[in-house]
Amino acid sequence: MRRFWLPLLLAVSFAAQGAIEAYRFDDPEKEARYKVLIDELRCLVCQNQNLADSNAELAQDMRRKTYEMVQQGASNEEVVTFMVSRYGDFVLYRPPLRSSTALLWVGPFIIFAIGVGVLISFIRKRGRERAPELSPEQIARAEQLLNQGKDRDQ
Amino acid sequence: MKARFLIPLGIFLVVVVFLAIGLTKDPRDVPSVLINEKAPEFVLPDLLDPEKQVRSADMRGRVWLLNVWGTWCPECWREHDFLKYLAKSEGVAIIGIDWRDERGEALAFLRNKGNPFLAVGFDPDSQAIMDWGVYGAPETFLIDKKGFIRWKHTGAITSQLWREELKALMQRLEAES
Repeated sequence: MRRFWLPLLLAVSFAAQGAIEAYRFDDPEKEARYKVLIDELRCLVCQNQNLADSNAELAQDMRRKTYEMVQQGASNEEVVTFMVSRYGDFVLYRPPLRSSTALLWVGPFIIFAIGVGVLISFIRKRGRERAPELSPEQIARAEQLLNQGKDRDQ
Repeated sequence: MKARFLIPLGIFLVVVVFLAIGLTKDPRDVPSVLINEKAPEFVLPDLLDPEKQVRSADMRGRVWLLNVWGTWCPECWREHDFLKYLAKSEGVAIIGIDWRDERGEALAFLRNKGNPFLAVGFDPDSQAIMDWGVYGAPETFLIDKKGFIRWKHTGAITSQLWREELKALMQRLEAES
């Protein structure tokens, strides 16, 4: 059984690798940085994919540029700055904290704080409220009403 | 007391309004960071004559359009007739960049459909295009006399866009010194 599956699995993994071009690096550290970069940079054409996942031609171009820059010794920041200065913050999956993105970063915490506030006020209010005092006639009437409902259900 | 039951409805309506606004926005319309920035310089081989070069620097002192196209892009085919109209009847200076294309196909395209471009740079490997932050075609930039990008449009230039936006803007830039 294993003899049958192994070549098949190998073939599948090769096919998956064939989608992305192989670059040779003179330094494993550069290769690692390249992999981090194409993982963090976003493709503009297939908007929910990063450069590593996308096989769009634009992503290929951007990967090639990333490779060239990394191979020539550019730092990660230099590559990111290069991409952002051309394609905008859109290429970043993690947008920088700016006045225009402040709401994006702080928004969830604001909503969380509002939620906690509402919850606390709700609990406090319930703690203060007591069941209203009922006269014996009211209790009898309530029981009668409740029993009526039961009869109907049956 | 009754108003409490309206709270979920209120929240629902607010969400609906936000979602409705979201629907009208095109996620592909990524704002360009290059607006009001200096246009990146390019030197590309001329599509029509590989011996010659097309340089952005030659357009200094003019108001011009840079149109990025390719024969593989259906919108570019659709846009082409209007570009011809702009060049011929409105006297707009358009420089083309033929992007990720085959020279033979691009030449045949221009021969059959006419050539609205003052010059066409040939950029099969995205050498120049990358500096312009182009991520699709057609894409059109408006460059002023000092060489700054003043406007950008992703997608085809239409007569409506020309009437409502581009024409007035170009006239204003022409008036600048």
